[in-house]
Amino acid sequence: MTALALTDLSAGYDRDLPIVKGVSFTVERGEAVSILGPNGAGKSTMIKAIAGLVPCFGGGVRLDGTDITGLASHVLVGKGMGFVPQTENIFTRLTILENLQIAAQLLPKQDRAGRIDAMFAMFPDLGSRPREIAGALSGGQRQMLAAARALLTEPRVLMLDEPSAGLSPKLVGQVFDTLRRISETGVTLVLVEQNVRAALALTERALVLVDGQLAHDGPADALHDGKLLGELFLGHRTAEAGS
Amino acid sequence: MNPQAIIDGLISGSTIGLGAIGLTLTYSILRFANFTHGDFLAWGAYLTLTVAGVLGGLATGLGVPVYPFSFGWGLPLAVLGGVALTVALALGLDRILFGKLRARGADTIIIVMASFGASMALRSLLEFIFTAKPVYFTKALQIANPLGLGMRATPDQLLVIGLTLVLVLALHLVVTHSATGRAMRAVSENPGLAGVYGIDVAKVVRVTWIIGAGMACIAGVMAGLLVQIRPYMGFDLLLPLFAAAILGGIGSIPGAMLGGLIIGLAEAFAVQIVGAEWRAAVSFVILVLVLMLRPQGIFGQRGA
Repeated sequence: MTALALTDLSAGYDRDLPIVKGVSFTVERGEAVSILGPNGAGKSTMIKAIAGLVPCFGGGVRLDGTDITGLASHVLVGKGMGFVPQTENIFTRLTILENLQIAAQLLPKQDRAGRIDAMFAMFPDLGSRPREIAGALSGGQRQMLAAARALLTEPRVLMLDEPSAGLSPKLVGQVFDTLRRISETGVTLVLVEQNVRAALALTERALVLVDGQLAHDGPADALHDGKLLGELFLGHRTAEAGS
Repeated sequence: MNPQAIIDGLISGSTIGLGAIGLTLTYSILRFANFTHGDFLAWGAYLTLTVAGVLGGLATGLGVPVYPFSFGWGLPLAVLGGVALTVALALGLDRILFGKLRARGADTIIIVMASFGASMALRSLLEFIFTAKPVYFTKALQIANPLGLGMRATPDQLLVIGLTLVLVLALHLVVTHSATGRAMRAVSENPGLAGVYGIDVAKVVRVTWIIGAGMACIAGVMAGLLVQIRPYMGFDLLLPLFAAAILGGIGSIPGAMLGGLIIGLAEAFAVQIVGAEWRAAVSFVILVLVLMLRPQGIFGQRGA
């Protein structure tokens, strides 16, 4: 069953200069998909538009068949959309526990404590110091907290914008191990990533966005060949959607 | 030096601190210096006076002073109505002016200038409706009772200090321990991320106006009770309010209160040391010193 569907989506900050230009694709329930592309291709803008943070100018977005185009980000969270921004993705002046308590407000009262405990069990590094100010966490731990916050509400689709940005290779490994565990629970994962090797190792399918348009949609394995990826990134190959 | 300055400073500092709480909240969450906040104090006092007048007309017994205070039960009841009306005024202003500018993505300076214009309009409207002649909640005289160490205070003054402490403590607990408070702190840090966390930012903005305008109304009533009610009473308090909010650290409720008390005490001592004509300069000097030496204030964080 289709979890997320984009139909001819155009989005950006200026209606006359859209950054995302008529992108269409679907993501099946439980699938893990990476969105790759050179800098400035519009990857982050596209998932921000899906998450309700950037205006959509045309086309549409459906979550489990329901039209969610242009809905505000806080409404989308309630509808089962989890989003982890690239930077500034936790409240640094609040404690770890408070970060999770805010997200838990969307759940029924009787479920909140249990879900927070479940997140602390999944991320023991966070569970061992719930009252610590989140701003004191390392880069990797911040990504863990951001992921825990997004998972707390049990989203049907979890989107992450470059979770490896700014992290050391060791921390990147930790973050991707966590994402693998999350994916194995059946959550639909959409990952925008510059770390191509790590993203392709995690996901089954890869989309390549070039200049705001979909240049490739196919199995992740097909892109392990660096030559094809290089050609796509440089714009020498286009329109392989569905290949 | 007369120790009475301590009591005088605590009394005026209570009003300044309570008023500064609303200012610091709107500054930290809506991210602009709201010049209409002083006028919310004045409007709060006049609206409460109006409600008290209506209640007094309905039941004359409500105006009879309740010992040891100078006012009857009508005033506390009227404060409830005054707070509701001041909150409605603030929410209405946000709906027709500030909210529309935010929706258009207006620069902060545009919103600040809009608040400056709205402030003048609100003040002129107040003067048009009620005239510039001072009015009073009560004309009953009170004797200041000795407190020891050469200090004296009237029951009304002690009530103002006590009520301020209770309100500040309650508000601080709400902001630090409730879901609403967590959401307010989250929006204050990063409104964009707040939406991603599932927080309805528009609702938090409404709560901020409700708390800010409510506190402004109570501060206005306190000032009106202890001194007098004038259309310019809020405008005259604007500089001390900003000085207190910045001194305490933007976004900090205990900071705004502490800043208010420091400004109040500094003003009271300045009156004794250099003369009453320099009172207004005290807030300005403190504001400049804080901005130069510790712009984040006492409890604020750098970059906040």
